[in-house]
Amino acid sequence: MSRQGTRGVDPRKVNGELFTLTYGALVAQLLRDYEDDDEVNKQLEKMGYNIGVRLIEDFLARNNSSRCNDFRETADIISKVGFKMYLGITPVVSNWSPAGDEFSLLIENNPLADFVELPPGHNNLNFSNLLCGVLKGALEMVQMDVDVRFVQDQLKGDNITELRLKFLRRLEDAIPVGED
Amino acid sequence: MADEVILEYLHMEIVNYIYRSSEKPDQDNCLSKLESIGYRIGQSLVERFTKDGTRFKDELDTMKFICKDLWNFVYKKQIDNLRTNHQGVYVLQDNKFRFLTQLSNGKQYMDYAPKLLALPCGLMRGALANLGINSIVTAEVTAMPACKFQIQIQRT
Repeated sequence: MSRQGTRGVDPRKVNGELFTLTYGALVAQLLRDYEDDDEVNKQLEKMGYNIGVRLIEDFLARNNSSRCNDFRETADIISKVGFKMYLGITPVVSNWSPAGDEFSLLIENNPLADFVELPPGHNNLNFSNLLCGVLKGALEMVQMDVDVRFVQDQLKGDNITELRLKFLRRLEDAIPVGED
Repeated sequence: MADEVILEYLHMEIVNYIYRSSEKPDQDNCLSKLESIGYRIGQSLVERFTKDGTRFKDELDTMKFICKDLWNFVYKKQIDNLRTNHQGVYVLQDNKFRFLTQLSNGKQYMDYAPKLLALPCGLMRGALANLGINSIVTAEVTAMPACKFQIQIQRT
């Protein structure tokens, strides 16, 4: 009874891998369900959005972070607190637009894409498109309408994975009809 | 740990997606899709975690691995009770199953339980299959969040 090899696995690492494998199995299912890569991207973003709108509550409950003063502060929190806490990575914030309303998150080793090779013929697939949805959904819940998309992806042979976030507008709290 | 919640959210979203994407409410088809996603996860999971271990002694030894190690990896606890009739049927009882803890304990969401258990059933079947045991895995809930998994070994 000396299976120390299996028992010595770091549980934190294991948990991350379980998430990666689960995500991989999901994408594989989506690719079976839809022939079109764009449709798969759309579905992944939608699922991400649904996760994001709930994840932000978990995020705010765990962090005592106050309101961000500007978009730069938001970018820092997303990278250093959000990504760090949930995925264990800290993407580099860079490529600010002059107006300060647009930036990139550079991801060196994307945990979602561990063990992944894109099958040939899926050039339009953004494998990690779930992330776009999560960010969009989460930011929307704190009154920010933000456009999130992939610019570069290591899975497609780029040197780095790059997510571009563009601030569109501040959302006003919408009061439900019939309430004052 | 914060990163545990994302797996739960992802699982819920997978379930939602499968049901959203099926045109008519086709319970069986949806459950089997979820099961097959789980199967794939189980397969790759045990491949990762047993590659440096020694060979399992027998079926019961493999089952203990599932109840202790695999359960700990995936559900952050061990199985509470393992029973067998020594003829190829194993019953695993988990008194607080991770994916059911978010539902209220009453009878209200009982119909929802099979949707949340299909993927875990597949995961276990996939794990066992890759360890050389063909099986049928079913789950049953009598009182939330406790849950019983029954494994029937298929011998040919």
